Amino acid sequence: MNRLTIIGFVIVAILVIVALFAHWIAPYDISATNLAMRYLPPSAEHWFGTDSTGRDIFSRVIFGARISLKVGLVVVAVSALIGTVMGAVSGYYGGWVDRVVSGYLFNVFLAFPGLLLAIAMVAFLGAGLNKLILALCIIGWVGYARLIRGQVLKVREYDFVQAARALGASDARILLIHILPNAIQPLIVQASLGMAGAVLSEAALSFLGLGVPPPAPSWGVMIEEARDLSTLQAAPHALIFPGIAIALTVLAFNFIGDGLREYLDPRQRSR
Amino acid sequence: MKTKLRHSILGGIRRLLILLLVAWTVVSLVTLLIELVPGDPAVAILGEQATPEQFAQFREKHGLDRPPFFFSFPRDQNGERHFAWHGADNRYTDYWSALLRGDMGLSFRNDRPVISLILERYPATIELAIFAMLIAVAIAIPLGVIAGTNRGTLIDNAASVVALLGISLPSFVIGPMLVYVFAVKLRWLAPSGRFEWSDIILPAFTLGAALSAILTRMVRSSVIEELGEDYVRTARAKGLSERTVVYKHVLKNGLIPVVTILGLQLGVLLAGAIITEKIFGWPGLGLLLVEDGIARRDYRVVQGCVLVISMTYIVANLLTDMVYRWLDPRIRVS
Repeated sequence: MNRLTIIGFVIVAILVIVALFAHWIAPYDISATNLAMRYLPPSAEHWFGTDSTGRDIFSRVIFGARISLKVGLVVVAVSALIGTVMGAVSGYYGGWVDRVVSGYLFNVFLAFPGLLLAIAMVAFLGAGLNKLILALCIIGWVGYARLIRGQVLKVREYDFVQAARALGASDARILLIHILPNAIQPLIVQASLGMAGAVLSEAALSFLGLGVPPPAPSWGVMIEEARDLSTLQAAPHALIFPGIAIALTVLAFNFIGDGLREYLDPRQRSR
Repeated sequence: MKTKLRHSILGGIRRLLILLLVAWTVVSLVTLLIELVPGDPAVAILGEQATPEQFAQFREKHGLDRPPFFFSFPRDQNGERHFAWHGADNRYTDYWSALLRGDMGLSFRNDRPVISLILERYPATIELAIFAMLIAVAIAIPLGVIAGTNRGTLIDNAASVVALLGISLPSFVIGPMLVYVFAVKLRWLAPSGRFEWSDIILPAFTLGAALSAILTRMVRSSVIEELGEDYVRTARAKGLSERTVVYKHVLKNGLIPVVTILGLQLGVLLAGAIITEKIFGWPGLGLLLVEDGIARRDYRVVQGCVLVISMTYIVANLLTDMVYRWLDPRIRVS
């Protein structure tokens, strides 16, 4: 494992702890406004300063981790599950199932830039955390399905699979016990990169006003609230801290994904 | 030779069929997604205070009083659902005929054809995407070459860190930060709008930052890979300067994957432009979609924008694929 991967794991571990224990860590109420305390610079009382309505930015960034990780975990878990089932069935059975899934569905979903489809869905469904998660899952499963399909196509031809078939094992048993465990490794890499993608998408949609509605402390919402010119002038830290939080989270999951890929596929190591 | 030709023609027809199928699905999705809108669009547009006549008139004008699809399952008086066939007189065929007529329907807000709203905004978005791409290439090629030729050194690591930052910092963080530095603090550039030629600098840089990071990494690994090839040793043995070797020989071969990525990224840039345009008030398709469409619940505008952006994306990908095949004969054969 290289150094960057370890840094990634450390950052993610800190994020998870912060998200789990947000109630104990956050020093202030995240929605307590106080106009007399607005635009305060970072200090001993307010580590990250206060925003345009006097809320404590440190506390809000901490609770923001909860939203980001929740969206990331649910989106990755659900899309990976759907993608694995679709990809495995399509790769294993081939035939018309495969033609519909890989020939048609994959092409349709790849015809949209991912973010656009999410924006379109939320635009019609209305904003909200659950709708955002639904939209991200709908655009997310295709990547996993393509990956697993390719893996299954490869593993399906291995001798031990032929042997299991010759011994009379059922399709379900071959797929679940013999093929999937040998096909799933790259999924871990994809899931880690998928966490980074989901965190980014959540923040982007919330920034556009299509995700978690304010006053929820989503990092995207915080950035949207911090970017009007008077707030930028008076309190640039209101933009910088949630920005750093997003960047670190995305960076950490990317480090982990890259590190795991190298670890699982040594041929890539030299690059 | 003959079979090869037949193969490529059949392959081309197959790809075209898939393309048409995909285009049809995209249009259908966009047409039918509007049915998911919670509540009544007429109420959203006209407000609660409008009279029943106004509602009826609005619904009739925009076809909202017609059935959504060829069939439906409406409830009867006893609350039970029954299959009902509506024939061709429905909103789905309405939208198709609006597309084929070329006006994409009327805006719910101002009764203008959606196509004219889009045509007004389209050039601004394309301009932004092209400038973003130019900036990305202008940053990525020198940075990638320097990093690749100085592999493992301090310069290489510094370039990698810059590239990583570009990938991890989303546009909605970079954009406002640039506004803070160049508009609020230094006062060199305007924070938003599209009036002076210089107004494109900040949005284009914001939109291109992630792409330049991706490209830098690609150019770097491409340069490293090509430097190990035999022709490089030959070129050096001939006594060519390192500069000529790198820029004339290595870069030429190393840029093939970059061209592909550029084409594929055009679509990503178009989607990303939605966010960038919102940050800088850049009057393109994205701003039309977010501010006039989504925020003001003008679903016809939303449909049109989503459709045009995804079609541009599909066409860009198709062209990239063709250019790629033409550039690299090895792919043509397989």
